Amino acid sequence: MSEKIEVNIRVPNQTRYLSLIGKIGEDIARTLKLYRGDREELAFNINLVLTEAMTNVIRHSREEAAADEINIAISICDQELKIQVFDQGRGFDVCSIPAPDFKRLDEHGRGVFIIRSIMDRVSYRKLKSGNVLEMIKSLR
Amino acid sequence: MNITIEEKASVVFISVKEERLDAHNSGDLKNQMLSLFEDGKTQLLIDLKDVRFVDSSGLGALVSGFKNASSHNGNLKLCNLQPQVKSMFELTRLHRVFEIFPDAEEALASF
Repeated sequence: MSEKIEVNIRVPNQTRYLSLIGKIGEDIARTLKLYRGDREELAFNINLVLTEAMTNVIRHSREEAAADEINIAISICDQELKIQVFDQGRGFDVCSIPAPDFKRLDEHGRGVFIIRSIMDRVSYRKLKSGNVLEMIKSLR
Repeated sequence: MNITIEEKASVVFISVKEERLDAHNSGDLKNQMLSLFEDGKTQLLIDLKDVRFVDSSGLGALVSGFKNASSHNGNLKLCNLQPQVKSMFELTRLHRVFEIFPDAEEALASF
């Protein structure tokens, strides 16, 4: 019997909710009885990709968008973890960002690289209203 | 952001008393370090013992501090990194940029 979990979260588009979202991601990881890998490492990584993805939306939203909501869906089905982050803004196509130049000490630009390093598949597409960043990781 | 600052000889010892160093609070750390540089303090040691989570913004704040310290002919070093936090530095290859020590004593002695 495979584990099936689906969590939908809607919070204001503000960084003070990052720790809440991250914690929810960690707690989901810790419930996975069938996962054979390091569950604490998985928990950290889910916390991390959620934090990075949410921060990207916040950073690239209009200033007035602080009152908007960000919608996140976390699902586990058939031993696959899928995280979707929906934004109503201009969007930020993470797939168009190149890998950082490690020789340069840039302050910014590591977030997308981190997401791509942890997740197996990353895609960004336009919806009728807004955009969705979809990140998938196999849990086998 | 909850931090404590002590001066130990010529080194400013900053303890980050937060579990998370992320996009929400990393700006505070960055501003704190900027104030120290403006006061002429250029030898900084940052203790991350309590930090169990760091994201790219947290790393960015530390990189910013490192660059400012270097441009003032100073140093910014780190100590007491938890394993997952250390992994973040390795993933982003910043473990080759920062001097990272297992404890504060060894770090302070290196200045």
